[in-house]
Amino acid sequence: MAGPDGRLDGAWAERWLRESARVIAEHREELIDLDRAIGDGDHGENMDRGFKAIVAKLDDESPDSVAAALKMAAMMLMSKVGGAAGPLYGTAYLRASTAVADSDALDGQAVAAMLAAGRDGIVARGKAQSGDKTMVDAWTPAAEAAVTADPADGVAALVAAADAAETGAEATKPLVARKGRASYLGERSAGHLDPGAVSSALILRAAVTAAESGSGAGGPGAGA
Amino acid sequence: MTPVGLLIVSHSARLAEGVVEVAAQMGEGVPLVAAGGTDDGGVGTSFEKVMDGIVAADTGEGVVVLTDLGSAVMTAESVLEFLDDEQRARVRIADAALVEGSVAAAVASRAGAGLDGVVRAAEEAVRGAEAEEPPEISEPSESAVLTLKNPLGLHARPSAVLAGRLSAYDVQVTVNGVDGQSVMALMALGAGQGQQLVVEAAGPDAAKAVRFVTAQVEAGFGEL
Repeated sequence: MAGPDGRLDGAWAERWLRESARVIAEHREELIDLDRAIGDGDHGENMDRGFKAIVAKLDDESPDSVAAALKMAAMMLMSKVGGAAGPLYGTAYLRASTAVADSDALDGQAVAAMLAAGRDGIVARGKAQSGDKTMVDAWTPAAEAAVTADPADGVAALVAAADAAETGAEATKPLVARKGRASYLGERSAGHLDPGAVSSALILRAAVTAAESGSGAGGPGAGA
Repeated sequence: MTPVGLLIVSHSARLAEGVVEVAAQMGEGVPLVAAGGTDDGGVGTSFEKVMDGIVAADTGEGVVVLTDLGSAVMTAESVLEFLDDEQRARVRIADAALVEGSVAAAVASRAGAGLDGVVRAAEEAVRGAEAEEPPEISEPSESAVLTLKNPLGLHARPSAVLAGRLSAYDVQVTVNGVDGQSVMALMALGAGQGQQLVVEAAGPDAAKAVRFVTAQVEAGFGEL
């Protein structure tokens, strides 16, 4: 049951995951370089491996709801990523999946609930706060911005969230890391973007792209 | 008595195996399982290896998980989120230094300490037993003055035997003024052959606890 173009249903969620995989692969080197500056240099590679595994899974079977898609992504990321991003993103997708378990198609309110649950999952798992120079610095403004959009309009909520995540990621540059391996660098971590915040912004932008591209760009099962 | 299992989660397969190798010297008969590296042999942690490792290390008495860096903790916590309630109740993630904690946990498990006692031994290994306040015993209901007979005195194994069993009792107990339920505190006494031990206990199992210590000391902890 594929809805009209732009409808935030299971087909959209599949397009979102495929588009995420595409942009992560495209930015793989950039994420590696960012992580090399302040971490262990594997973020781009790990994320690329995780999302490639998601795409392979999607080629096998199309999830029939947003919740099913997000839960599948959570499992794959936890299993395949290997670094801190695995449990962090995995928990985010898992909690997000629970938040939209009853939705066939997301309106603005459901998008906001999904992003807030994802953000809360990351905070619970990583115990980081805003300003610690982590992916929380992208997710918190994204979740807050989604609430300010028209509650009836899912796509508007995604656009607001993606814009805020990009601004939030950009704002990690001057910060001194207080969590994860970057925190071992202390003051030397300032002056670099946080790779997790950057990948989060890419993924949230991919959600918008997937919504705007309609059913055409989806993989098997995305269309009629 | 079935020992508590230990699961060593590290970013490196070789590091996890090495810790198991060291801990095994002190933990004969204790299930020791290594979950190191990613599924494809890289540096990182694997959700599946940790999940499988918990199952492999669990004899029914529970599993204590020891980790290296932060994302190993996050992976372990994510696995716990997926376990059913009954399994999860038997798994603890120790906040401990990996090598010292694993050795102390292996000693405690071998000596018959329960899940809580093994976690405590792991966590005290570096934090230090000195930081632990001995229990407040205003009026001991049971006490004994004993003389150590075994040649090596109250070394690691007898300390673990005492603390391990005493932590399973509902009792406040001190030995020469230190916490009798703490392996590290007992070892730190450095009590040698011929030295006197003053045991004081209060609580429902006080008599049982003092009888147990008396029997062990008089039998020379099986070392005579």
